[in-house]
Amino acid sequence: MAIYTKEEARKIMEKALSYSTADGCEVNLSGSESGNIRYARNTVSTAGHRSNQDLVVQSNYGKKYATATIDEFDDESLKKVVQRSEELAKISPENPEFMGLLDPQSYDESVTHIDATAKISPDFRAQVANSSIEPAAAKDVTAAGFMNDSAGFSAMMNSKGLFAYNKSTDISFTVTMRSNDGTGSGWVTRDFNDVNKFDAAEASKIAIDKAIMSREAKAIEPGKYTVILEPAASIGLLGNMGRALNARTADEGRSFMSKEGGGTKLGEKIVDERVSIYSDPLNQDVPTGTWNGEGMPLKKTSWIEKGVVKNLAYDRFWAKEKGVDAVPFPPNFIMEGGDASLEDLIKSTKKGILVTRLWYIRGVDPQTLLFTGLTRDGTFYIENGKIKHPVKNFRFNESPIIMLNNLETLGQQVRIDGNLIPYMKVRDFTFTSLSDAV
Amino acid sequence: MKRRNFIQYAGLGTGALMMPSLLMGSNISAEALLAPGLDVAAKKVLADVALNTAKSMGATYADARIGRYLNQYVFTREDKVQNVVNTESFGIGIRVIANGTWGFASTNDVSTDGIKKATGQAVAIAKANSKIQKVPVVLAPVKSHGEVSWKTPIKKDFKDVPVKEKVELLLNANAAAMENGANFVNSALFMVNEQKYFASTDGSYIDQDVHRIWPTIGVTAIDRSVGKFKTRQGLSAPMGLGYEYMDGLDSEKIAGPEGTGLIGYRNSYDIIEDATLAAKQAKEMLTAKSVDAGKYDLVLDPNHLGLTIHESVGHPLELDRVLGYEANYAGTSFATLDKWKSGNFKYGSDIVNLIADKTYPGSLGAVGYDDEGVKTKKWDLVRNGVLKNYQAIRDQVHMIGQNESHGCCYSQSWNDVQFQRMPNVSLEPGKNKYSVNDMIKDVEKGIYIAGRGSYSIDQQRYNFQFGGTVFYEIKNGKIAGMLDDVAYQSNTQEFWNSCTKICDESDYRIFGSFFDGKGQPSQVSAVSHGSSTTRFNDVNVINTGRSI
Repeated sequence: MAIYTKEEARKIMEKALSYSTADGCEVNLSGSESGNIRYARNTVSTAGHRSNQDLVVQSNYGKKYATATIDEFDDESLKKVVQRSEELAKISPENPEFMGLLDPQSYDESVTHIDATAKISPDFRAQVANSSIEPAAAKDVTAAGFMNDSAGFSAMMNSKGLFAYNKSTDISFTVTMRSNDGTGSGWVTRDFNDVNKFDAAEASKIAIDKAIMSREAKAIEPGKYTVILEPAASIGLLGNMGRALNARTADEGRSFMSKEGGGTKLGEKIVDERVSIYSDPLNQDVPTGTWNGEGMPLKKTSWIEKGVVKNLAYDRFWAKEKGVDAVPFPPNFIMEGGDASLEDLIKSTKKGILVTRLWYIRGVDPQTLLFTGLTRDGTFYIENGKIKHPVKNFRFNESPIIMLNNLETLGQQVRIDGNLIPYMKVRDFTFTSLSDAV
Repeated sequence: MKRRNFIQYAGLGTGALMMPSLLMGSNISAEALLAPGLDVAAKKVLADVALNTAKSMGATYADARIGRYLNQYVFTREDKVQNVVNTESFGIGIRVIANGTWGFASTNDVSTDGIKKATGQAVAIAKANSKIQKVPVVLAPVKSHGEVSWKTPIKKDFKDVPVKEKVELLLNANAAAMENGANFVNSALFMVNEQKYFASTDGSYIDQDVHRIWPTIGVTAIDRSVGKFKTRQGLSAPMGLGYEYMDGLDSEKIAGPEGTGLIGYRNSYDIIEDATLAAKQAKEMLTAKSVDAGKYDLVLDPNHLGLTIHESVGHPLELDRVLGYEANYAGTSFATLDKWKSGNFKYGSDIVNLIADKTYPGSLGAVGYDDEGVKTKKWDLVRNGVLKNYQAIRDQVHMIGQNESHGCCYSQSWNDVQFQRMPNVSLEPGKNKYSVNDMIKDVEKGIYIAGRGSYSIDQQRYNFQFGGTVFYEIKNGKIAGMLDDVAYQSNTQEFWNSCTKICDESDYRIFGSFFDGKGQPSQVSAVSHGSSTTRFNDVNVINTGRSI
């Protein structure tokens, strides 16, 4: 069994630490069991099961440190792995940025493990595939999908007495539905900690409907359009923006957060004042572990509040250099939304484009956080509050900073890839060319 | 190694570089990299446990892959070593067909009991899924090779080279960049050794030892007064070579166009020379002229064109994409079966010959046998501009009326199921004797591009946009200074049909990627793309400059 309880994990790690003779020792123990099913052309293609566990031991002498790993936990193996990490640490180059071990921390409790998810069987996965395939075939549509479920734990202990443990489960699902005439395509994604919240048939129906609705798309001229971005469309750009909120690169002058003449944009308004983004491991819709790989506690943290940058992420070394508290990278993003449903957003749009998702997003210019990519799997023209017809896919070149400055309306939030993101309406979104892809 | 650990190793912020699981494993010492793994006889005994267990449980086919993956990475910035990482990953993956359906399971418990248990899981998965399987798996026949072996023909094993030597080389390169005006420099060395043993119920026992190396350097220049920064990436390529790639031999250098100072590297990379030039060019990029959008003739260096070949030729000609198996992730393809069957689909102009190849020495895709025991080879994809074939493996070729796998099945580790992956896909050099300066001399309004940059293409591989590392304006047959904010957008068929001139083989070099992504769960694969400098006429260039 790859998943240990808190007490089992504590016992193994205490044993490992008891063999340590270094200045400091930190151990990370983790394990997981995961299963997946993949289907395409309305039939199952590949499926698999994986099991893994390991113990990582880091020993340090001053600022010299090294790690060693093992996947067997008997006394002899534990002793061996600790000794190996110590031998390696002694001959390692000194890392001037090594910050030493953390003192014991207190962590919040977050519910991220659901038994039902941990008990998913191959038969359940086959049923999920069938919940896509059968209704697709009945509508002259072809399903290609993937479901992955995993259950795992991670735990950490160090020679200063720090101890952390977390157990979590996840299920993620995506399906692409293509009309058999090759002219329509729809897609949907779902992710949960709790499999009981997942309804494969409901999700599959959305993708089937989009595949049928998007058939025989018309070409319209690329240019600047008002767009309604589903959360699956905006997450790619927002995630890239969130990950770039790094204090060190901003201070070094090589980030979109660096300021002309020196300094950073921390504390400055960079986007529309209705934009507030924070992270919160305790949010019940998107719970995460409450500590990171270094053992730093993860707390609710505001990143952008009313358009103003409230925090940049500081690792422990950079925080010390700058004389501030370390701010760990966020485990999730929660962007505040509004009351409007997708239907409301469409109704209030005189002329615009509804975008299901953005695909193949790549950075073009880190200076302006410009990204390119394409719409995919359901792009529709809206006129006078109604979807008029599907349109051919576009390539966009846009920066999330410009996008969030051009905000028109925020809608309801949806869980997407472990984040909560609202539907949003944005003006002047830049489409630069047309694509023939369906 | 988990991704977050990798990020700590690399001293990188999240998002700076996402590292797929190819480069992950458990940490070991540099000395431990030299420890021999299981001998071939022991691997055969263990593989037979999987094969026999599978057969006894009703499988009609089984293969087992015992993998030991040894990696070493060295990360530095400016005058500091950020980390030296050695990893090992060892385990077995078992794939079976039962009731006409695939099943797969893997384990790091490579004992008789562990293997039996995993084999049981693979068979159970196959049987559960067979209930909803519509069409049974059909495998193309494969010759039994008996007990054979293959090794990347390296001259220097990275595992025999002291870490100190590698660290010094990177720090010297960093120093060269700083001395020439860089504000920041990051460099790294990735070295990979896949020791993989394959056995199948078709009677092959194949032991392979595969080596790859990838040096990277990123040199940043900053002008704080205007808040501008530019990074000039190195012009190395990841290669299927040993540490000898770092020797920097003059005989492997090819001069770039007059007026650029650029140097192309064939099978040997001079990181100090490249770092020096990178620093000068990064500073020059800060004040380069912003491009005027419009149509230009593009002259593309092999270290740039490789990525365009990868995206616009390699991917659309993967048969699993064409058939819809990748519809939910990587996408499908515009190069549909009816276009291929017509026998006259003009993928490119008459001078365009694109080949698939799993044997080219020094390339990332070169192996003796693929991951389902098929001997590797070379074949035509596009000949004289016409679409000729796809990339297909054992369970696919019957769908295009062929009965021999192309030998391009691959899995990134023992922990993942093998499936069709891109072989090296390359543009054959031109037959006429042309140098890079011959490409430029008759261009009135054009842009010369070297190195990889931003890249994006749609899910059927029609519309793409590419940036690059460095851009030079071509005016009336001459290089006329550096440009900024350049990206070109085109349509695959239109682009390849606008190909007008290709340098001869003396300019031929390979570009590569360690991180070609495909499949669910997503897997990476390393692949090379060869070409000589090539010209494309009248391509649409956009200006990517913005202000925020």
